[in-house]
Amino acid sequence: MTFESHEYDVIVVGAGGAGLRAAIEASRQGAKTAIICKSLLGKAHTVMAEGGAAAALGNADDRDGWKVHFKDTMKGGKYLNNWRMAQIHAQESADRIRELEQWGAVFDRTPKGLINQRNFGGHTYPRLAHVGDSTGLEIIRTLQEKGIHSGVDIFMEYTVSHLLQNDDGTCTGCVAYNRVDGAMHAFSSKSVILATGGITRCWSVCSGSWEYTGDGHALALNAGAELIDMEFVQFHPTGMVWPPSVRGILVTEGVRGEGGVLKNSEGVRFMFDNVPDMFKGDHAESEEESNEWVRQVVAGEIATVRRPPELLTRDVVAKAINKEVAEGRGSTHGGAYLDIASQRSPEEIISKLPSMHHQFKELAGVDITKEPMEVGPTAHYVMGGVRVDAETQESTVAGLFAAGEVASGLHGANRLGGNSLSDLIVFGKRAGEFAAKRATEVEQPQLDNADIDAAIAANLAPLAREGGENPGKVYDELRDMMQEKVGIIRKEAELESALEDLKEFATRVGKTNPGSSMIYNSGWHQVMDLTNMVEISTACALAALTRTESRGGHTREDHPEPDNGMWSHTTNVIRKIDGDIVINQEELIQPPAELEELLDRVKKED
Amino acid sequence: MTDVKMQIFRGEEGEGEMVEYTIGLDEGMVLLDCVHRIQHEQEAELSCRWNCKAGKCGSCSAEINGKARLMCMTRMSDIIEETPEDEVITVRPMKTFPHIKDLVTDVSWNYEMAKAVVPLKGPEETDWVFSQFEAERAQEFRTCIECFICQDTCHVLREYRKFDEFGGPRTMVRLANFEMHPMDQEDRIPEVKDEFGIGYCNINKCCTDVCPAGINITDNAIIPLKERVVDRYYDPIKMIWRTITGRKLRT
Repeated sequence: MTFESHEYDVIVVGAGGAGLRAAIEASRQGAKTAIICKSLLGKAHTVMAEGGAAAALGNADDRDGWKVHFKDTMKGGKYLNNWRMAQIHAQESADRIRELEQWGAVFDRTPKGLINQRNFGGHTYPRLAHVGDSTGLEIIRTLQEKGIHSGVDIFMEYTVSHLLQNDDGTCTGCVAYNRVDGAMHAFSSKSVILATGGITRCWSVCSGSWEYTGDGHALALNAGAELIDMEFVQFHPTGMVWPPSVRGILVTEGVRGEGGVLKNSEGVRFMFDNVPDMFKGDHAESEEESNEWVRQVVAGEIATVRRPPELLTRDVVAKAINKEVAEGRGSTHGGAYLDIASQRSPEEIISKLPSMHHQFKELAGVDITKEPMEVGPTAHYVMGGVRVDAETQESTVAGLFAAGEVASGLHGANRLGGNSLSDLIVFGKRAGEFAAKRATEVEQPQLDNADIDAAIAANLAPLAREGGENPGKVYDELRDMMQEKVGIIRKEAELESALEDLKEFATRVGKTNPGSSMIYNSGWHQVMDLTNMVEISTACALAALTRTESRGGHTREDHPEPDNGMWSHTTNVIRKIDGDIVINQEELIQPPAELEELLDRVKKED
Repeated sequence: MTDVKMQIFRGEEGEGEMVEYTIGLDEGMVLLDCVHRIQHEQEAELSCRWNCKAGKCGSCSAEINGKARLMCMTRMSDIIEETPEDEVITVRPMKTFPHIKDLVTDVSWNYEMAKAVVPLKGPEETDWVFSQFEAERAQEFRTCIECFICQDTCHVLREYRKFDEFGGPRTMVRLANFEMHPMDQEDRIPEVKDEFGIGYCNINKCCTDVCPAGINITDNAIIPLKERVVDRYYDPIKMIWRTITGRKLRT
């Protein structure tokens, strides 16, 4: 079969924040680098990030520092984080942010003219460097402009379908197809970095873009790499709920960071009654205290009172909204009311939250300077992903690296808002650096044509099918099933049923008919996406079934409490053996004494 | 559920025809939802670009009833209202760029323009200090989502095809961003004039009218850049100075 061949030192799959940062670094280290990305440059999911990037710059409150950031990250992750990744992230994120500024990013400023920082859930101090509520756009555009001047080759609208490996399993490159003309390409590469983002398109109510079909997760799994923490999916508490066609679109946590409050249909601020024991005493206990905090923050003063309970971690707030709705106190269309209009002036709202103002006005006909928003949980982020070495980001497969959302470890059982954008640039840089280093140590891989031919044959197979279902129908039904059975609140019988359903979906995907065109055929691409979605949904459901407790982004109705025993220090590890997805448990490595001291674990065992 | 009819251009490399589809409508649907519904229920092969479906990525630009806009931010209720009763809603690819298939066009020229602009060059030291007021001047231009609707609409590109001489409004916005960045040390006026041909713009404001990010392209980006070009090259006092001394007067 015909294909075009390419040779690189480092291939980066994905062009969001992590991929771009990795490519910039690899190229800076002298590696011949290419990015292969599913969409046009600058369109990756990073562009949708809103609130900010967490880094302990200490510009808005000089009590902040990496140790506090480390503590907050570990606590938010319910202590299931890879402690070393949490430490590296807290220590290096400030430098990575400053570097972005030198590459053209224009962050909002403090009165002294430094990078301003905003409050967010789970962060002790104002920590998020931001640009209004479109920080992701700022970061991706900055990295994109740096990237195109860094000597990186960019293959836009190419999709990687298969990783290539030699006999001992070392990753040697990949096979990709060009969506524009359907042509097949084989890449030999000394290192491959997965930076493909997440998996949240597997749920029908999600904040993710079309790219979020778990491609990197599935590529890694099929190459024999290990995935960890796949049960932990972050349902962001505030997605749009009405009208139906926009259900799931993100409403930034920045609304609450700027003073927005959550109310139920009875007008009660229910978060005061939903503080878990591990956060007891950390938040305001009256509306007066909460209002005073907002007043201080708006006035640019250092906060001397405790923050509103609306700024609890995302897992806590999402479950609280879910409970209000389930118990009959939901908003008109089944969410909660998020009210900023009563807290801030219209001018402030438009200045601080311009894209939220625009989004609600255009898509829902709601003026957020006058009325409350209706919000509810939306699948937003997967904490789980490719198991990587904390220092190098190399997976358990030699030559295969992962960075950003596709990698796992930093966030534990729940990610703090703002820690994703900083994750991308901290670990994107490291992945690029160590992938480039590896490229100086190994020979250019020789690819096996039989492997390439097999991959191409698999890619072309759907185009030759007669009859069969529209892949879009299978896609819609798969997402509805995951929403119903592997959603925010899970139980054993439903998870078992989901695993059965997924076997059926796998069969159906193999019979779908996307038509025969090779030119920009959206259906053909959807068949490939679906293959990954079924695999990764299976990994997620299996891990969720196994973990018989509730913690962070995993809630079991039949095991509603955190387990203080085994599950408080155990990681679920998933791999593929002889075509089957299997799971086992491993003891979590605990932080050394000097870091343990920084944690306030006293309240951990609740 | 009510039904709506719309015609979508189907074909490759400019060759094709308008095909009519009937779609069931739910409350609040946007045009991109309709395209997805056609893909999932009728025509898996139908080509369109999209990513975020929230107006943040600028992927799903198309010409709806002849006007270029984002499919994800175009509510069906508005489109039905704007379409005369005896006409059918039409959706076509952007006309200015080479056609690939159905609603997808080749926008790679815009990426070549992006690469041609010299990147920001600021001081080496970190922790730059500048005010929020200064930040906001550059920030307006940085809200560009690169939907290329301004490029599609600009007649210098759309009608006169001046791709070799004129960078188009998107490029002017990028140049203005750097030119007005409080820390940029690069002299950009020569490239604004010569390489990117700002003189071709006759400030019709078509680009500003269609910008989904609401950037005031003409007034805030193009006119100030034009003024700087005029100051540098066409200032009569400086022209006299150059004639007499043979030297440039830099301001």
